Amino acid sequence: MIRRALVLVLLAVLGALFAALWLGFTPAEELGLTGRYYAEHTAPDLGAANLVTAIIVTYRGLDTLGEVTVLFLSAAIVGLVLAGGRPAARRKPPVPAGELLATGSRLLVPLILLLGAYVIVNGHLTPGGGFQGGAILASGTLLLLLAEPLKRFSHGLITRIESLSGATFVALGLLGLVFAGGFLDNRLLPVGTLGELFSAGLMPVISVLIGLKVGAEFSSMLASLSETEDS
Amino acid sequence: MSSLGMDLASNLTSGLALLLGLAMVLAALVAILVRSTPIAILSAGLVSLFASVLFLILAAPDVAMTEAAIGSGLTTFLFFFVLARVRGGESEASDDD
Repeated sequence: MIRRALVLVLLAVLGALFAALWLGFTPAEELGLTGRYYAEHTAPDLGAANLVTAIIVTYRGLDTLGEVTVLFLSAAIVGLVLAGGRPAARRKPPVPAGELLATGSRLLVPLILLLGAYVIVNGHLTPGGGFQGGAILASGTLLLLLAEPLKRFSHGLITRIESLSGATFVALGLLGLVFAGGFLDNRLLPVGTLGELFSAGLMPVISVLIGLKVGAEFSSMLASLSETEDS
Repeated sequence: MSSLGMDLASNLTSGLALLLGLAMVLAALVAILVRSTPIAILSAGLVSLFASVLFLILAAPDVAMTEAAIGSGLTTFLFFFVLARVRGGESEASDDD
């Protein structure tokens, strides 16, 4: 009874807080100080058409490195926990995928991988970037896993891709410290003309590295989960 | 005339956003209240799917992409993989009894 009353009181307080926020909300007429700086300086300084990727990869590149590290840690822990258990004993063969899934995945997986590569490579021009593209790549892996439950991915290959792109990411950041303005400065490469594929300095390179790293981490997580699925 | 058109467009957008918000709340309630776990997982994924469309309406396509791929795609299947594992453990435990 008391617990129920407490929950209701908590809900009422939260509701009052959110209502106050909502009633006091006036849409901003112009950008804030930070937003204006990014909006005005991204195109001339960095040569990137997509503000969001410029912020993620260059202005707040260190945060992205931390984010990718967190993702790496969670993938490593999933691998560790699942490898600690029994290996997948294949007593009963899993239910085979349906005809629709098997045929559809043959058509869709290349397209999904292509879309992922497109999103990664065009990160500095159109919406998307390394993180989004990496997640799309991993969903291609997921579809493969669903269509062929017995398929085994090479964990060695995934690990090598993952660690190589991570190490290159950090190395490029350190090179920026030496040859350009600071850690992960994207003017290590020429900025080029706005809107071209090979422009915006280091941004496409780092996008590709983040995409490979994120895709590999998600794929390794999904693969370890599905391999021990019927243990 | 053009301002009328703009008004109509903005009204349509707000209406769609409101509809999506309501659908999100509804799907979230279904996810909490329903008894069967697979349906709860699916409606939790539906919340993310509606959220990603809402992000698209709010002119944040980058966030919408992440939400659609990770929130409604990978997370949902992660839950299903884990559900299969947990069920396996349960059946073994009941075998021992």
